[in-house]
Amino acid sequence: MSTVNERPLIEISGLTFSYAQRPVLSGIDLQFGHGKVVAVMGASGSGKTTILRLIGGMLKPSAGSVVIDGQALGPLDQEQLYAVRRKMGMLFQFGALFTDLSVFDNVAFPLREHTDLPDAIIHDLVLMKLHAVGLRGAHALRPSQISGGMARRVALARAIALDPEIILYDEPFAGLDPISLSLTANLIRRLNIALGATSVLVTHEVQESFAIADYVYFVSNGRVAAQGTPSELMVTTDPFVRQFVDAAPDGPVPFHYPAPPYSQDLGISP
Amino acid sequence: MNSKRTDLAVGLFVIAGFAALLFLALKAGNLAALTLNTHTYHVTAKFDNIGGLKARASVRGAGVVVGRVERIDFDNQTYQAVATLELNDRFHFPKDTSAKILTSGLLGEQYVGLDPGGDPDMLKAGDRIESTQSAVVLENLIGQFLFSKAADTSSPAADSGAPAASSAAAPSLAVPSLSTAKPAAKPAGKASP
Amino acid sequence: MIGAIESLGAWCNRHIRAFGLGFRFFVAMLSKVPSALRRRRLIRDQIHFIGNYSLLIILVSGLFIGFVLGLQGYHTLSTYGSEESLGLLVAVSLVRELGPVMTALLYAGRAGTSLTAEIGLMRAGEQISAMEMMAVDPMARVVAPRFVAGVIAMPILALLFSTVGILGGYFVGVRLIGVDSGAFWSQIQGGLTLFRDIGNGMVKSFVFGIAVTFIALYQGFQARPTPEGVARATTRTVVSASLTVLGLDFLLTALMFGGG
Repeated sequence: MSTVNERPLIEISGLTFSYAQRPVLSGIDLQFGHGKVVAVMGASGSGKTTILRLIGGMLKPSAGSVVIDGQALGPLDQEQLYAVRRKMGMLFQFGALFTDLSVFDNVAFPLREHTDLPDAIIHDLVLMKLHAVGLRGAHALRPSQISGGMARRVALARAIALDPEIILYDEPFAGLDPISLSLTANLIRRLNIALGATSVLVTHEVQESFAIADYVYFVSNGRVAAQGTPSELMVTTDPFVRQFVDAAPDGPVPFHYPAPPYSQDLGISP
Repeated sequence: MNSKRTDLAVGLFVIAGFAALLFLALKAGNLAALTLNTHTYHVTAKFDNIGGLKARASVRGAGVVVGRVERIDFDNQTYQAVATLELNDRFHFPKDTSAKILTSGLLGEQYVGLDPGGDPDMLKAGDRIESTQSAVVLENLIGQFLFSKAADTSSPAADSGAPAASSAAAPSLAVPSLSTAKPAAKPAGKASP
Repeated sequence: MIGAIESLGAWCNRHIRAFGLGFRFFVAMLSKVPSALRRRRLIRDQIHFIGNYSLLIILVSGLFIGFVLGLQGYHTLSTYGSEESLGLLVAVSLVRELGPVMTALLYAGRAGTSLTAEIGLMRAGEQISAMEMMAVDPMARVVAPRFVAGVIAMPILALLFSTVGILGGYFVGVRLIGVDSGAFWSQIQGGLTLFRDIGNGMVKSFVFGIAVTFIALYQGFQARPTPEGVARATTRTVVSASLTVLGLDFLLTALMFGGG
């Protein structure tokens, strides 16, 4: 992971969170080192997206802490939290572009809101960011006129508009075709290197994320079930990771939703 | 973007709003007539009964608006109502002009009508109109009518009974008296078209 | 029995909590108004969406209400032989009551629902969360400008409604039925007062603008971010905004015109 003498950029300790009385995270610990691409994987509903929202300060944990660059998020007020968020960029699952603005205006949004740069410079910056994701030619289109995959790339350009130190990805591979899949994975890796940023990747896409991640966490039942580098995890004997990596239908993550015995439901005596 | 067009549209919207406000305001209370010409002078007039005359009611000569009632006070010495009339500088009336309180229409408001006299001297600011006629009070009119009716059908029995009947009928507008009073009431108000 | 009392308590609890949430939202929104006032372009765009786009329904409705007032008013007044007061009847009804109230109800239906749906859908599409993650306060950027625009647009719409209504009444009364044109306008001139009638009418529409716009924005903001959630929120906007307008109208009328 990170080198021994380097403090991780994001440190999560003992994080506990419940959603409507249902426990989601139970004292989970995670570290994200500087300049690394770290994948957080797990079955649907395992709390991966919740971790992302807790890092972004959109949710407040019931116990535990999130420390970003030495600063705990807990005691921050809105202005201070906004200051921390200006160092972050988040890519939402379906892009979350502003539908009333054009592609150009979407990417320009953070620049116009947070900087006093003149229009000419913003114009160049926006086109540069769009060029990085391969959509410079689409800058005049509206979100309703582009495909889902393109929308996500525009959202990525918007997320990196202010050159953030931390980039959070919420299921960036969900629903993409094979070309877009590898394209997106490459983009994530390249941007991370170019910006010297730390990327947190929440996904359950094994193949692509293993190809680009420096470290992987597996989350199950609100705790870390397994962790390690992709190469370590590929050859692990941990049944949970094995089921995931091999995409086996049944294993530690059961196929059947908890139910009374089959014969009982059908009313037959065994 | 369509910045210029939106600017124009919103600008027109706000202007339309102000135009509507101006339109309504000009239609209200003679605003245009008087505030545009602020040269006025004041005279007073005393009435025994101003009836339903209100402040801001119009003052008219020959039916044309020449000013408005500025204020209505009560004179505790003479127990009369004192109306202060604000007249437009362009119009001058003789010193012996008389002021009458008239009603414009059945539902209309009451106003002050000025009947010019023949005096060569004109009313100046601060002067008082000496000759005034109070507003017509419907109850008094009915009472008068009944009294005169009773006096017409002259018989001693009727004579002694009449004053009692008229004084009983005068204070209130009881239904039976209203039906007999209707023909008399019409001349006081404006006839319907 | 106990169950019934419990559910009554739970019902009261829910509504008090909802009221509290609404009040907090209102205060939060008001606190962002000063910064929103500096973003003039945002407000101008919203006035365009809220005001200009409502013009058609407001003007047409005003015209027809004016027609009806002219017709009905004439028939009612003619029983007292006072047809000449038609102008006054039409003008005062519109300026004092019908203008502000009907405009507010139509506004709730047209602009209110679109505000609710817009905000609800923005939440459903995670646009609000995205904005928050970009360290831009959605209250200041999205909600407050729309509130300011609504409060500005409503009185203007009400004035236009009243004016068009008077013209409609004039058209029916004078041109079609034959009431004397001079009498029509002079009755208005004599009877319609600037502060009492027009001023109070404007105060009413200003208050209605605040109420309806706030309700629309609030319902959108706390709608469930699903299609049914948004649909239900728009219905709630129309219903609660309309009832609020009618309730406030009674209150304001009693305050302003109660004495005489």
